[in-house]
Amino acid sequence: MSSILSAQGVTKRFGGLVAVDHVDVEIEEKSIHAIIGPNGAGKTTFFNCLTGFYPINEGKVIFMGEPLIDIPPDQITRRGISRTYQNIRLFANMTAIENILVGQEPHLKSSWIGAVLGLPNTRKEEEAAHEEALRIIRFVGMQGRGDVIAKNLSYGDQRRLEIARALASKPKLLLLDEPTAGMNPNETVGLTNFIRRIRDELGVTILLIEHDMRMVMGISEQITVLDYGQKIAEGTPAIIQSNPKVIEAYLGRGATDPVAEDTETEQPEIPAT
Amino acid sequence: MTINWKQIGQYGFIMGIAIWYVCLVGMVETFDSRGIIDGTLFTLGRALLVVISLGLGYVTAMKVSDGNFGMGVMGSLISGVIGAVMTVVLVLAIEPLNMRAMFVNASTSLIEILTFEMESQATGLTILAAFIVGFSVLGGIIYLLPSLPRRAIISGFSAVLVMGMLGELLTVVLGRFDLTEILSDFLYGRNGLSIPGAISIFIFFAVVSVLWATQKDSLQSGVENLPPTQRRTLSWALIVLSIIVLILLPQAVGPYISQILVLVGLYALMGLGLNIEIGLAGLLDLGFVGFFAIGAYTVALMTSTGELGVSGTAIADYSNFWVAIPIAVAVSAFAGIFLGIPVLRMRGDYLAIVTLGFAEIIRILVLSDFLRPLLGGAQGVLNIPKPAVAYAQQIANQLPWYFQTVFFFFVSTDGRIKDPAHFYYIIVIGCALISFVAWRLQNARIGRNWMALREDEDVAEAMGINLIASKLLAFGIGAAFAGLSGAIFAAQVGSVFPHSFGLIVSINVVSLVIIGGSGSIPGVIVGSLVLVGLPELLREFAEYRLLIYGALLVVMMLVRPEGLWPSETTRREMQSDEDIEPVPVGQTAPRSV
Repeated sequence: MSSILSAQGVTKRFGGLVAVDHVDVEIEEKSIHAIIGPNGAGKTTFFNCLTGFYPINEGKVIFMGEPLIDIPPDQITRRGISRTYQNIRLFANMTAIENILVGQEPHLKSSWIGAVLGLPNTRKEEEAAHEEALRIIRFVGMQGRGDVIAKNLSYGDQRRLEIARALASKPKLLLLDEPTAGMNPNETVGLTNFIRRIRDELGVTILLIEHDMRMVMGISEQITVLDYGQKIAEGTPAIIQSNPKVIEAYLGRGATDPVAEDTETEQPEIPAT
Repeated sequence: MTINWKQIGQYGFIMGIAIWYVCLVGMVETFDSRGIIDGTLFTLGRALLVVISLGLGYVTAMKVSDGNFGMGVMGSLISGVIGAVMTVVLVLAIEPLNMRAMFVNASTSLIEILTFEMESQATGLTILAAFIVGFSVLGGIIYLLPSLPRRAIISGFSAVLVMGMLGELLTVVLGRFDLTEILSDFLYGRNGLSIPGAISIFIFFAVVSVLWATQKDSLQSGVENLPPTQRRTLSWALIVLSIIVLILLPQAVGPYISQILVLVGLYALMGLGLNIEIGLAGLLDLGFVGFFAIGAYTVALMTSTGELGVSGTAIADYSNFWVAIPIAVAVSAFAGIFLGIPVLRMRGDYLAIVTLGFAEIIRILVLSDFLRPLLGGAQGVLNIPKPAVAYAQQIANQLPWYFQTVFFFFVSTDGRIKDPAHFYYIIVIGCALISFVAWRLQNARIGRNWMALREDEDVAEAMGINLIASKLLAFGIGAAFAGLSGAIFAAQVGSVFPHSFGLIVSINVVSLVIIGGSGSIPGVIVGSLVLVGLPELLREFAEYRLLIYGALLVVMMLVRPEGLWPSETTRREMQSDEDIEPVPVGQTAPRSV
């Protein structure tokens, strides 16, 4: 198998703080790859680097053989990387269908002039996009709830809708940031199966951040462990589980370390300066 | 049973303060010149007291009744007494304290108005107190009534108030035709409504509102159950009917109201443009008047026959209003994009400040000595000819006489568009066209992208939306609409001066978009009718215009933050969480996938 995305020495600094420190990751095509680590390890920052939200200070990211340097987030999405957020960030006052339609943006071509004039091409494209949105709604198991305002959906459905919106751009690589956060064990199992289905049926490579160890070990083929922005281990779940460094990172210091608290960079509101 | 003394006292106190305020700023006295009901002491000035005591009695009952009738009535009674005592104290204090020294409006005529022109002050004060307490209790009772009678009374009362207030104007309008003059003679007396007129208006509007409330649903479902072809016929019939009404309106109401409608239309056009920026894309633009000014100056410079115009240059023969309009729109759109570029990365408050600065820059540039040879400085550009319609007479001659009559609604016999009514048609066509464009954009891919942008800019970008292109398009299209408005404005007024483009215009446009309902096209129209049309009708109270304006804004934001005619999305946003039906527990469990 070939690698779809390769991060080479990716480094991101915020002032004097190194949030992501020379991280190398190879993600195999059509694999499910997890990134784990204690709070503040730099996982979400790493995601933000991959999606172009933060410019990288050092290193490079190669996606499908092409480097992603100084490319704005919308262009990266157009190339086939799509993501969800740790704290759900749907377009809260738009319906489920509208959210998915926005997700389809990379594949829509009609111009606003066409819309004003009501050109047949524009109308056809809109109709096709609506049908596609309904298809995606069915795929994620939300039939009949397409017209519900996103903020009125149940928590589980909001998580699903976020994934649905990400899938609407037909990504090659899907980044999931803690998809099971806040879910009960039952819901987690359902979502795990769903993620596997995305990979098997749609052939989408999946890179996920997760704290639920049982879920991570069950679903991942490869795991990368970050701590203080550095990669401390990599391998299959079996290898990771027996790695002494990983055990130390999780049990030895944990999330109470004040430095770790400060490096909590999982708030995208912090402006990238 | 505990009585909520604190709240009752609070509302009574507010009532008293409000009455003091309207008395001492002189509103009561000024408004008193207008009668609501002829031959009675019910004038617009006293109507202020009525509205205040009725409203606060209503609010008191709402806050303290807790479903208990006696409690509600008592609450509004006590707060009414507090309000009445405070008013009586005011009247008694005016002379001994020589309040006139500080408050020029605390005059003897104010006392006369407040004491109902009674000979003895004691009688007058008793009536005044009874008046305030009575209306406060009435307000409380109205709140406690079942919803249907409540609705009827409120509609009837508001109708009497509004029709009485606009009496002078309506008599003039109705007096234009013999048939309607009979109606106006019945409804109106010398100063305000006649007593039978007031009663019939009250009953008419009460009945209509009750009918509307009870029959709305069956009417709606009746229409929905019609076969599709009939429904289409019905909607076409409605469209044709409204077109006929729009065509006949200026002929019916005369030049004064036509002029007001033109002004409303100019603001509506600007509002439709700003609505794209604020309502859809969430870009708070406080300098919108800048684009209006650019549109106006473009038309002015391209058509003026004065020394600043193009007359005498090579293009003079080709330049007229119809050529200038598209160019004005294009120049404004370009200016919008040009302004958009530096502010692309700014959000919310920062954007508002920058756009505010932009409008001031435009105004000061126009005033500057530097551009004076080009733009005329404070003297402005004069001698802008009225738009001409080529071959108007020849076209008219080809038409049968009835079409000829209609044809000369649109243009004067000498082939010029010059009267308010003529401009009214230009504005209506412009508004219809722009509304259509805005509506199409709103429901298209770009409208969706704008909404996403407003909801969460970062995520929108991560979904593949090109932020730069979307924002610049919003700025450009919004500015283009304002430019069209400015272009028509220049042609109608016949001259442009920098002082026509002050900050107050921008503030008006932002207010009308928000009061109407941000993101809603009909909301913009309603907003401009209320915020631009109504003040024009009440010109004699112009000095209180901004005061009423401000009060209205505050009340609206408290009572109905989503606007008069909200868009679907705004309604959703304003829905508080408790309005949302809880999702059954079972639904949160994962479905088998």
